[in-house]
Amino acid sequence: MAAKKFMFVNRKAPYGTVYALESLEVVLISAAFEQDVSLAFIDDGVYQITKGQNTDGIGQKNFSNTYKALGDYEINKLYVEKESLEERGLTQDDLMDLVWEDEDDDWAEKPSIILVDRSEMADVMAEQEVTLSF
Amino acid sequence: MSSLELNGESIELDEEGYLIDLASWTPEIGEALAKGEDVELTDEHWDIINFLREYYEEYQIAPAVRVLTKAVGKRLGKDKGNSKYLYSLFPYGPGKQACKYAGLPKPTGCV
Repeated sequence: MAAKKFMFVNRKAPYGTVYALESLEVVLISAAFEQDVSLAFIDDGVYQITKGQNTDGIGQKNFSNTYKALGDYEINKLYVEKESLEERGLTQDDLMDLVWEDEDDDWAEKPSIILVDRSEMADVMAEQEVTLSF
Repeated sequence: MSSLELNGESIELDEEGYLIDLASWTPEIGEALAKGEDVELTDEHWDIINFLREYYEEYQIAPAVRVLTKAVGKRLGKDKGNSKYLYSLFPYGPGKQACKYAGLPKPTGCV
């Protein structure tokens, strides 16, 4: 079976709705099928990968550290839209340092986050064979 | 719902035998869960169980078998980072069986 290009598009804040967690679970499951998986973070979806999340006050599990496991699952293309960050007063420094280890390069850590502007994001989306929106 | 009797206490398990309250896990509970399936845990089993617990602590998920295999290979050596070795320790599947003894949920994506 040839690998297809799958993109999971995340547009919602991590808590308050179940979309972010559901998306993350589907992403992890999809990795088992060895497809070419990438993720997009747009609008409030950028909050999903911000640093220092704390869910103590809302009685929900803080699943933000699970994004750090994506590299182990060979999911290492996390496209983040620049405009969405700027509109929220965020920069890449506010995002978690998400990396993957390149087995073919002596396990060197390489960044998984790819900052793109709106038109570049549209180009990446146009290349996909399957796009799932959350 | 089933339960495990240990030292006069009753510990709740789900219908597949996984611990309900992950925080209540102790190594003794791990031993008892394994004994219930006629498995005697060796140091080699514990290497994997401890690894899974550390992974869960860090990432809040139990890793898929493929991820576990690769990570074990990196940490414990290539001779252990293969499915043959892991299945020799946990014949019912390293994900399912080792996670159960480690007091973790069934791995995401595991059927």
